[in-house]
Parts: sequence; structure tokens; C-alpha cells
Amino acid sequence: MSTQSNGHGGNGNKSFAETAVSAESDVGSSVSGRVAPPPGQLKKADFISDQEVRWCPGCGDYAILNNVQKVMPELGIPREKIVFVSGIGCSSRFPYYMNTYGFHSIHGRAPAIATGIKCANPDLSVWVITGDGDALSIGGNHFIHAIRRNLDLNYILFNNRIYGLTKGQYSPTSEFGKKTKSTPAGTIDYPVNPLSLAIASEATFVARSIDIDVKHLGAMVEAAAKHKGISFIEVYQNCNIFNDGAFDHFAERTVRSDRVLYLEHGKPMVFGKNREKGIRMNGALPEVVTIGENGITENDLLVHDINLNDPSVAFMLARMEQPEFPQPVGIFRAIERATYEDMMVDQIAASVAKAGPGSLEKLINSGDTWIVE
Amino acid sequence: MSTVIEPPVPQTEKNLEEVETVTIRFAGDSGDGMQLTGTQFTNTSAVVGNDISTLPDFPAEIRAPAGSLPGVSGFQLNFSSQDIKTPGDQPNVLVAMNPAALKVNLPDLEDGGTLIVNTDGFTPENLKYANYATNPLEDGSLAGYRVHKLPISTLNMNALKGNVELSRKEIDRSKNFFALGVLYWLYDRPMENTLNWIRGKFAAKTPEVAKANEIALKTGYNFFDTTEVFTTHYTVKKAQIAPGKYRKITGNEATAIGFIAASQISGRPLFYGSYPITPASDILHELSRHKAFGVKTFQAEDEIAAVCAAIGASFAGQIGLTGTSGPGVALKQEAIGLAVMTELPLVIVNVQRGGPSTGLPTKTEQADLFQAVWGRNGECPAIVVAPATPGDCFHMAIEAVRLAFKYMSPVFYLSDGYLANGAEPWAIPPISDLPKIEVGFANDPATFMPYARDPETLARPYALPGTPGLEHRVGGIEKQHITGNVNYDPENHHFMVKLRQEKVDRAAASIPPVEVMGASTGKVLVLGWGSTYGSISSAVEKMQREGKSVSAAHLRYLNPFPRNLGEVISGFETVIVPEMNLGQLCTMIRAKYLVDAVPFSKVKGRPFQIREIIRKVEEYL
Repeated sequence: MSTQSNGHGGNGNKSFAETAVSAESDVGSSVSGRVAPPPGQLKKADFISDQEVRWCPGCGDYAILNNVQKVMPELGIPREKIVFVSGIGCSSRFPYYMNTYGFHSIHGRAPAIATGIKCANPDLSVWVITGDGDALSIGGNHFIHAIRRNLDLNYILFNNRIYGLTKGQYSPTSEFGKKTKSTPAGTIDYPVNPLSLAIASEATFVARSIDIDVKHLGAMVEAAAKHKGISFIEVYQNCNIFNDGAFDHFAERTVRSDRVLYLEHGKPMVFGKNREKGIRMNGALPEVVTIGENGITENDLLVHDINLNDPSVAFMLARMEQPEFPQPVGIFRAIERATYEDMMVDQIAASVAKAGPGSLEKLINSGDTWIVE
Repeated sequence: MSTVIEPPVPQTEKNLEEVETVTIRFAGDSGDGMQLTGTQFTNTSAVVGNDISTLPDFPAEIRAPAGSLPGVSGFQLNFSSQDIKTPGDQPNVLVAMNPAALKVNLPDLEDGGTLIVNTDGFTPENLKYANYATNPLEDGSLAGYRVHKLPISTLNMNALKGNVELSRKEIDRSKNFFALGVLYWLYDRPMENTLNWIRGKFAAKTPEVAKANEIALKTGYNFFDTTEVFTTHYTVKKAQIAPGKYRKITGNEATAIGFIAASQISGRPLFYGSYPITPASDILHELSRHKAFGVKTFQAEDEIAAVCAAIGASFAGQIGLTGTSGPGVALKQEAIGLAVMTELPLVIVNVQRGGPSTGLPTKTEQADLFQAVWGRNGECPAIVVAPATPGDCFHMAIEAVRLAFKYMSPVFYLSDGYLANGAEPWAIPPISDLPKIEVGFANDPATFMPYARDPETLARPYALPGTPGLEHRVGGIEKQHITGNVNYDPENHHFMVKLRQEKVDRAAASIPPVEVMGASTGKVLVLGWGSTYGSISSAVEKMQREGKSVSAAHLRYLNPFPRNLGEVISGFETVIVPEMNLGQLCTMIRAKYLVDAVPFSKVKGRPFQIREIIRKVEEYL
């Protein structure tokens, strides 16, 4: 081979080139090298890659990974048509562990990469995996715009309210006053609420779940996948190293039924160990009431409707927080709206329908032309 | 009104004098329509067979206060019966619509040049705006020029008043067509081309505006045919250009259709992610009009999203293209590093403008070469190409896509403001002459390895999502050789760093050798890149005709360099590198070839003049 005169690679150039082409690998490959069975016969195991999972033992990410792998076969999508895209952070290692196509990109940019993938090939099922820092801090801009465009993406935010990969700084969802490595005197940032922001950004599907609530999380992932348009799920995820127990006050098994409101479409908002409590509107604001007290019955409670075009109620629910309210989980909002990629394809089709497919000959000969003889 | 627009009988005998080359500059307020006037004159001159070259020069403000110095907009056009490659060093004719336009542009007008002024624009208020203590039309300061004082606004108003149903203000807007009519008569141009354009543009929606512009143009033309303001008018014969079919083209137009051509040739759909920025936005506008070619344009929320979406589209198998100017590239660099690491084809168009920071948004510069070659974290090589002329933008766009696919690498395409907005006649190439772009995809699950290598190019295989059995993961973390798995091994990293560099270096194998204009040995080689081609080649050709020992070479491939560049350089006693920066290519040449190359810098937001190059070269002869 010939090289540039500054000789990158130096004396060993020739052998280097040979090595580059022929070197054998002594470890497993990141490729399955195996065509998956048709969608109907796929199993969870088909979605587990050969890569060693490297999250801290006890991390909530394991539960989410396990759940997503379990849900995948239910979706009826061929494995090769699934792409997981992530940014940077602990959660963003996720694509390596999925035996699908994957793209572990750069900090905050997963929604933008996913946008390009989905526009280029709307046939793919594209998943964005992100964390609270990745999505809401460095990637805040893309969060808003990917959501408002309503691309058909499934967007899962692992919210652990801390920066884990950089070892314990506060995140944009950390509670006010939190003491962390970078805030020894407590944070003076007011946190952002991911669901409020998603709803304000015109999200057409918004849901929330909890890492350890396995069944509920699976149902949310499946519902998100089936929604046509942007599907945003916030998952409360425990970081047992830097923010252990962040959600225990409502997510822990023994208190969950009293402190978590499971939203169900078409049903009154009831919670409590004995399903004795509910949410009622008092003027413009919600309040917690006890069924049976002061003559209150289920008929007085707010009935959940995920299909409301107006986002006000969904926004109100997103603002309800412990300890004043139960922490709501479930689908907050699911409405229909044309997707960005469909409209992009439609505009192309309309253009072709109007004047026929583009002709390069015609294009380069357009404008004022003249012949020189 | 028909009396106005019918060609009147000439009342005076006019001389028609033949001239070889004319440089005109139109100057007025940014709202005066000077860009339009200049463009129309250019189109007509091209169609009548002159060689042309243009330099639009407009302010960064859309509408600076009327009559103010920062609000002056200019358009320079060089047209000739000879082969020309630049918009001309100095205007022979200056059309100034107001005092500010005169003040800003007069220093460039040649001594004894023709000055056509709209006296109606020289109000006391406008004179004050332009910081004139006395009226230059009356104080004798213009004695060194041939001054034609025309009350253009009044003449135009008189011609149109009562003939169109428009307000005085609306009528006044057509005065640029009156001025254009004057120039058409003065340089013996036919009006048909512009009349057709007016009809096509305005007749359907605003017929009165169409009528006004048409009358203005014809009146301007006829008025000077029948009065004695000018006794002579001029003609510029057809240029001796190679036979073929031509069109006028700007760099941005050629860039846009070049990428569409690349898409058609390669069979891969084009995805353009971009965020509006001067002077690159016209590429977005142009591409968004061509949906019938399957072009997908994405106006992103920011520069980073624009490049990331392009990378996503590349990953999914389309031509991932992003376009911007220098500040946008600064924002995109981390993502471009991701494309280097994931070894995906990506093309980054940088229509360079004056920097640093916001710099001179509407002016030209070449100071982003280092940014393209070395501007990322880590050892992060990318291929860099640069078109030399507006027409060359078409061909280099195709080259950029070809190299991106062949080497699975990001490719920078460095245009600049001068190429982007400048126009020249472009010989329309036969489609069959365009290069082929073959894109191969991996499809065999039994043998696929994401980071295996093509033995010739070292490119990794291109495996598209949707291909059964090739499911794999890519990302920004260092990759293990062959498998593409995440890998932190020191030896592997050292190896992969060298491999990525070697891959880009090997692109030299598929780029043409640099050509020498003139003798292959001699006293001086003028080595350039990008938009300086016109000035350099004109200067060198002129000096060669005078028997001087000077040659030129122009680089359209800047990383890697063509393989014969070292040999070419070694044939000359001195290598001079003119650049619109402080010597970036020159530094690269000195570093790589250990020659004492001489930088020749001009960083004024304006292209080199031919005579500036000549003067510099003469120092070394």
C-alpha cells in the first residue's frame, strides 16, 4: 500500500494494514449472527444480547431491562426492525443489552438521532432510552422538540433523580435542597417535572411507572409501543449507590397502595389499601377524599379519561405529588395526531403525484439556459 | 400609457461601441432591490452569451435604516466576451441609488469610471445619514469620474403615475427596474428575459406590480435611447466558451442539486438536517423544493439536532447530510466525532463566513479549514473537500457523497459565502458523464462483523436496521477491532486510533492528482483551495502570457491531500498560498512537506483581486 508522506502508522504500516483486515477476535461478537424466528415465535431470550450487563448490582435498570425484553415478543415486530437509541448515562448503556439494532450516542442527543432514523425508515420501531440528566439537562432542547413533532418514537426516561455515571451530582429532577457531591450546602435549583414538560411539549402519549412495579411497567411499555406517535414514559428508577430509596416513601411495597394512584382509563380515581380514598375536584383544584365520609361516593370522584384533547387535566395530574397527593402512575394522556414521519412521506408522495418523480435531467437543465455553438 | 411603453423613434444618433469586459456594481439601500437588479442583469448577460461572474455583497441586517451606511446593499457583476473567472477587481460602472451607496462604494470605482446616480436619493436627510457635509453631486468631489445624474425616482413616477393602480410608495418600488432599463440600453441588452421573468413572477398574483415593473423597465430603456444623456452605448460580444448547453448557477444552487444528483446516482435517498444560518440557508430552501426526488429536509431545533438527525438517517441507510456555516460546525463537532467513531457516512456542508463567533455573517472567509481537519476531541480524522467555483459545487457535492460511502466516513464540504452567492455560467454536464456511486450493504449473518474491514479501503461494512440477523450496536465508546464491542483495552485503542487515521489517509487512493496550470517546474507555484480559484488562475494566466515563471495548483481535496502534491510542490523555488485566513493551508503544507511555503492572507470578508495576487507573486520572481 502507499501512504502519505507524513506516514501515519509509521514503520509498521504494512503489517498494520494486514492486521487491520485479518485480525481475529478472541471474544464474542456483539452480533447475533442468527436470523431471529418470525415475530409470533419470538421469545424473551431472543432479545437478550451476548453482552455482559454492567450496571451496579441492585440497580433499578435491571428491572426495566428485564421488563422491556419480556414485552418485546408481545409486540409482534420482527427483531431486525427494532432500534434502541440512547444518549449518555447509566441508563444509556441499555441498547448494548438488547439483541436488536442499537445506537449508544452522545449526551442528550438520542431523540435527534432517533428522529433521523425514524424519518429515514418509518418502518422501524424506534426506542429512545434516556435518563433525567440526559433528557432534561443537556438534552432538554431535543426533549421538547422531538416530543412536539410527534414522531412515532417510544421514549423511556429512567428518572433516578441523580447523576450516577459521574458519581453523584444532583440532576434536574433532584428535590430542592438536596445535598450531593456538587451541592454540599443543598441544591438551590428548583426541579423540573418530566411529565409536566412532556405535556407542555404537546406529547400525545404520556405515562409513568416504577421500576419495581414489574407488571405495571410491562403494561406501560406495551401501551407505549402500541401508541402511534410519540410515547413518553417516565420510570421512577432507584439508584442504590447514589440516591438509594429516592422513591421508597411511596413506591415501597408496604406503602405503595396507600400512596400511589394507579390511573385507569374510564375509571374513577381510587386508591388506598382498602380502595377507600379518591380524587375529587374542588373548584379548579383536585383534593383527596375518603369514600363514605361526608356522603362521598365513587360517583363524586374524577373519572380518568386519557383521550381528552385538552391537556389540562393530564397536566394537573402530573403536578400531584406525595405527600399531599398519592403519586399518580399509569397513562396520563393518549391522543391521536398525525405523525411527523407520515406527514413527511405524504408531502413527498403529493409532490410526486403532482409532477411525477423527480428527473435529474430536468433539474440540472432548469432555470435560464442557453446553447453555445 | 401605451405611448410610454411603445419603442419610440430614436431622435438622436447613438454610437454603439464594442468593449471586451465590463464590471458594474449596483448599490442602494437593502430595500432598493439591488440584488434583484443585479441578478436580472446577470441572467440576461448569461443568456446573450457573455461569460459572467458575480459578487453579491449585502448587509447582515435585513432592513437597516433607509439611507444609512450599514444598510447599503451591493451587487457586482463582471461580464465579458473573454473567459473570466472573477467578478472583477474594480467596477467600471457604479450605479448608486443614494448618498450612502455612493459613499460606501466610490472608493472601489476605477479612476475615470462611469457613475450613474439617482439624484432623487440625494435629499438633505440622506446626505446627513451618509455623513456628507456637502452634496458630492455639487461640490466637485466627483470630478474624476464620468457622472450621470438622473432623477430616477421622478422619471419613474412620471412614467407610471396614472398608468397603474398603485400608491406612490408602491410605484417607487419599481425604480430599480427603471435603473435596470437604463443599464440594458447602455450595454445593449435585450429586455425579453427580464420581461418574461416579471410576468412569471407577478402577473398572476399582483398584475399591477407586473405592469409597473414592465413599464419601468421599458421606460428606463427607451428614455435613454431618445434623450442625449448618453451619446454612446456599448456592446459586449458573446464569449468564446466551449460549445454546449449552459445555465447560470450560484454555488448554493449547485450544491443543492449536486447532492440531489448524488442521491440519484447512488440510489440512496437524501436526508438534509439543517438549522437556518447565513449563508447556508438557501441550500435548505432549494432542497425543500425538491421533494419529488424523495429528498427529506428536516429543519431541526438546533445545529446539534440537525447533524444528529443526519447521522441517524445515515445509520438507517440514507445519505445523511447536514449544512451550516462555521458557528454551526462548532456546535456539531461532538456529533461528527460520533460519526467518526461509529464510522457512518455523513456529509457536513460548511458555507464558510467571517468568524470567529458571529463574525461577519454575510461576508466570505476560508478560516474553517483547521476546524474541519482538526476541530474535534481526540484523534478524529475526517475527509475534507472544497469546491473551487460555483459550478464545481455540483461536482464536489457528488464527490463528498462518493467518498463518505466508500470510506464510511464523515466528509466535510467547504464552500464559502463568495461561492454560495456568486454566479457563473455552468456547462450542464451530460448525466452519463457523472461518476457512479456504488453503495454495498452487508447482508450475510454468518460472516457479518460490524467492525471488519474492507481490505482496500479499510471501510467497515454497512449494515442497515431492518436486515435480519445483522442486529448490532454502535456507539461513541471505543470499539473492539472486528467485533465492534465496547472495549477499553489500551492496545486496541492505540490500534483503532491508527486504523481510523489510516482509513482516511487511504482515501487519497481514490482522489485525482492535483493538476498544475502551467509548467511543472519554475520559480513560483501559487497554491490555493476553494473560492480563490478565480483570482489565482486569472492572475497566473495573465503572468504566464507575459512570460513569467509562475504556475498554479488548486486543491479540491484537503484531507487527505492528493498523492502527487509533494512532488508538485518540489518543482518550484517558492510556493505562495493565498487564503482568506491567516495561513491555514499554508501551515498544513509546511508541516507535511517541510517546505518554506509563503502565506498570503486576506481576511476582509472579500475575495482576492487578481492584481493583489499578481503583486504578491512578483515579489518572488
